[in-house]
Amino acid sequence: MLAEEKYSVPTMADMAAAGEDPEVLFWVGCAGSFDDRYKRVTIAFVRILNHVGIKFAVLGPEEACTGDPARRAGNEFLFQMQAVSNIQVLNAYNVKKIVTACPHCFNTLKNEYPELGGRYEVIHHSQFLQGLINEGRIRVQDGQSFKGRKITFHDSCYLGRANKVYEAPRDVLSALDADLVDMKRVRANGLCCGAGGGQYFKEPEPGTKDVNVERVEEALATGADTIAVACPFCMTMMSDGVKNKNREDSVQVYDVSELIAQKQGL
Amino acid sequence: MEIIQQILFVAALGVVAWFITKRVQLISRAIKLGRPENRFDHADERLKTMLLVAFGQKKMFTNLLVGVMHFVIYAGFIIINLEILEIILDGVVGTHRLFAPYITPIYPILIDVFEVLAFGVLSVCVVFLCRRFIARVSRLQASRHRELRGWPVSDATIILTAEIFLMVAFLTWNASDSVLRDRGVGHYGELQGVVPDFLISQYLKPLFAGFGDRALVAYERAAWWLHILGILAFAIYVTYSKHLHIALGFPNVYFSDLQPKGEMQNMPEITKEVQLALGLPLSTQPDGSQANDNGEQSAEIGRFGAKDVEDLKWINLMNAYSCTECGRCTAACPANITGKKLSPRKIMMDTRDRLEDIQKGWKANGYDYKDDKSLLGDYITPEELNACTTCQACINACPININPLDIILQLRRYRVMEESQAPAAWNAMFSNIENNMAPWKFSPSDRFNWAEQVNEVKF
Repeated sequence: MLAEEKYSVPTMADMAAAGEDPEVLFWVGCAGSFDDRYKRVTIAFVRILNHVGIKFAVLGPEEACTGDPARRAGNEFLFQMQAVSNIQVLNAYNVKKIVTACPHCFNTLKNEYPELGGRYEVIHHSQFLQGLINEGRIRVQDGQSFKGRKITFHDSCYLGRANKVYEAPRDVLSALDADLVDMKRVRANGLCCGAGGGQYFKEPEPGTKDVNVERVEEALATGADTIAVACPFCMTMMSDGVKNKNREDSVQVYDVSELIAQKQGL
Repeated sequence: MEIIQQILFVAALGVVAWFITKRVQLISRAIKLGRPENRFDHADERLKTMLLVAFGQKKMFTNLLVGVMHFVIYAGFIIINLEILEIILDGVVGTHRLFAPYITPIYPILIDVFEVLAFGVLSVCVVFLCRRFIARVSRLQASRHRELRGWPVSDATIILTAEIFLMVAFLTWNASDSVLRDRGVGHYGELQGVVPDFLISQYLKPLFAGFGDRALVAYERAAWWLHILGILAFAIYVTYSKHLHIALGFPNVYFSDLQPKGEMQNMPEITKEVQLALGLPLSTQPDGSQANDNGEQSAEIGRFGAKDVEDLKWINLMNAYSCTECGRCTAACPANITGKKLSPRKIMMDTRDRLEDIQKGWKANGYDYKDDKSLLGDYITPEELNACTTCQACINACPININPLDIILQLRRYRVMEESQAPAAWNAMFSNIENNMAPWKFSPSDRFNWAEQVNEVKF
């Protein structure tokens, strides 16, 4: 095992210059690019892609916000400016297949770009990982053991209710040797973390409680030591909720790809 | 005497038909205030959805017990209507149990089924009243939900009480009729040997043992008339009530959204602006499967988003008239659960209230009348709109596929694009996206810096 430069991140521009096509474009998203916590998720996923030998590429500096928060806050003009610019870039590179670790980017690219001329096969990283596990390309064995650990998965609205992806992240987690426990409100009835629809970017309206605290209380009630998420906004909201409850010493919040990377010892 | 009854009955039918026609015209006129939108595509998929969700009440069974109870009322309503056919014919023609001689073998079985259902409906209505006033189911309490104060609670109580009353009238009518038949009074006696006792009403016969023949005939007539007039009055009442869902629930589900819940509808008029702004050739109508404005690009650009009901789509307005105010949306809403002012049910009720107010204006001042109110501001406040996380729990929860989020989004669009009234933090987010290609204040040239750490991070 070499310690240095084991993993590489090819950009679309490099690949195109070399006259090559990746089998999949990894859409990193703003949180995956800039948010310190979620950068670790990006890196975990990139290491898995490297490890399995997937020929992938990222847009890097050519990537821009999909426009999801703008559209949901009501700024349709800004959303479409972003969408049309992104579609020009993606179509110029003749992109066919996109994977992303952000359910908001996933939903926007998959459901909202086609009408503006961007038609791609879009999958969420949990579905991608599920595929790799099912094909036997990810063998979860070398890394740390999850024996005796208890994991609960928090459904992201834009992965679950919005696109009916409920099993993929759970399948991925079941590849670990941990106990999976579901919260009371799951899948189609899952409770939001409180961040969607532009809420992440402003203070909540006056109320009696913060949504993420409500959700974390529900997660803690399962007795889980790990809250698994598959969305950058959920990651922040759930982590803040755990801190709010002063449980950050005993309860951790991880993305599904981080758990797989841990399990694989990457 | 008979002929007078027949004349009165036909007159009653006529009056009711006239009233209901008027109401239906008014309501459809109000729904047509909405913007056009093609919801006639994918007929097969729509039909399937309507069979499952409306006729099969699939989403009501999320809570099994409540689903079963509601289904009893629904089945009772549909099936007992077959008996209404006989009652109406009897009323018009002046006969008594018109069908009995013609379908003698199966007639008692039919009435038995009606009676069992009537008893079921009665029981469930009692349970539903208990759920509201004794068990105090949270989503039905005006003390917890301001949109229920006043009329909505009375409306619900009137509906349940009226249904109990109608079923009691139906069952006691059968019982008094059975006693009259046994005694061989007048034309009642003619059904001896044709019609036996019925499954439920046979146990009510002792109630009438002490009645004299004339008193019994008076009761039988009164029960018959109250039952049918009650049904006719209820039919009119329904058009003013949340109970309108018994009619509109079906088309409402048929025309409901087919696209994934997370997909927000495109605004083609904005696409044109964007193409102009970016110096791109103007595209024709997008050819996506969700063509959404009947393919017509109007020359004049209306408002961006919605300020009032006529800016919404007709389906949003049909949604408002279909809403039964059950509050499953609000009970699932993360904003409402955590004490914010937003309640998806209130969004729907406000939309209907606005339409009803416009109707009142029409009635008083003619169809050209415009008041100075609007849905946004006078009925729904920005604070409510700003609290929505767009999580779609409300859409998922609605048993008849109402979409409150679609209204919230259109009102938000108006706030942001026409009034420039987004919360300050959102304006900051907008300008970051515009200038930095991300909702935060990072330099876009740093977007790929994470890759430098790809070999350093420890897991």
